[in-house]
Amino acid sequence: MPTKLIINCETGEQTEVELTAEEIAQREADAKAYEADKKAKDAELAAQAKVKADVLKRLGLTEDEAKALLS
Amino acid sequence: MANTYTLIASSTVGSGGASTIDFTSIPATYTDLVVKISPRNTASGSNWYLLKIQFNSDTTSANYSYKLVGGFGSTAYSTGATDRYGGYVTSGARTASTFGNTEIYIPNYAGSNNKSFSSDSVTEGNGSSYEILGLWAGLWSSSAAISGITLSNDSDNFAQYSTAYLYGISNS
Repeated sequence: MPTKLIINCETGEQTEVELTAEEIAQREADAKAYEADKKAKDAELAAQAKVKADVLKRLGLTEDEAKALLS
Repeated sequence: MANTYTLIASSTVGSGGASTIDFTSIPATYTDLVVKISPRNTASGSNWYLLKIQFNSDTTSANYSYKLVGGFGSTAYSTGATDRYGGYVTSGARTASTFGNTEIYIPNYAGSNNKSFSSDSVTEGNGSSYEILGLWAGLWSSSAAISGITLSNDSDNFAQYSTAYLYGISNS
């Protein structure tokens, strides 16, 4: 069972307690939301990279050559 | 300008690990707060993990946002989102007994304006290709004074010997 570490700043008391079912559910929901968001961002980055690669291919340039032209 | 640091509380994670580190009943008697955390994750599936920061047990992601500039290897990047993140955690996949370093600065934590924070964060795991650093700017949109801070990972638990220190800073 996952636990959490609670430090009471008034008393200095430190306790380790098991997560409640609600807290575990929240944690799992957070992890899923993060994974979904990360996948969406990764897909967006991959799509942008593909567009860039396609343009360079049509121009017949390597990425380094394109950088040199723009510098 | 802040000129005093007072240790309010500290914690070292025990042998069983901990999913969160919760500072509760934070006194409202200081001007600013600083959290220094040296974290490592028990999970090992990613090169690093995200450090989640939450105030007053508010789990509504829409109340939080961050902007981030960072880098890993030779790659620099910037991003931002509406969520509760504010740093990185060294992965359990890295060399044993290596930990990250993060400092979170929270000014005017007891005031009635929205709460901003800045965070500088690095992982360190003795793996040059797998380390990351970031400078974060975060916001918690709430007028409530901060009386609790919860630190957690985006996955799994803080490993044994991860540490967290909470300091209060007075500007006079």
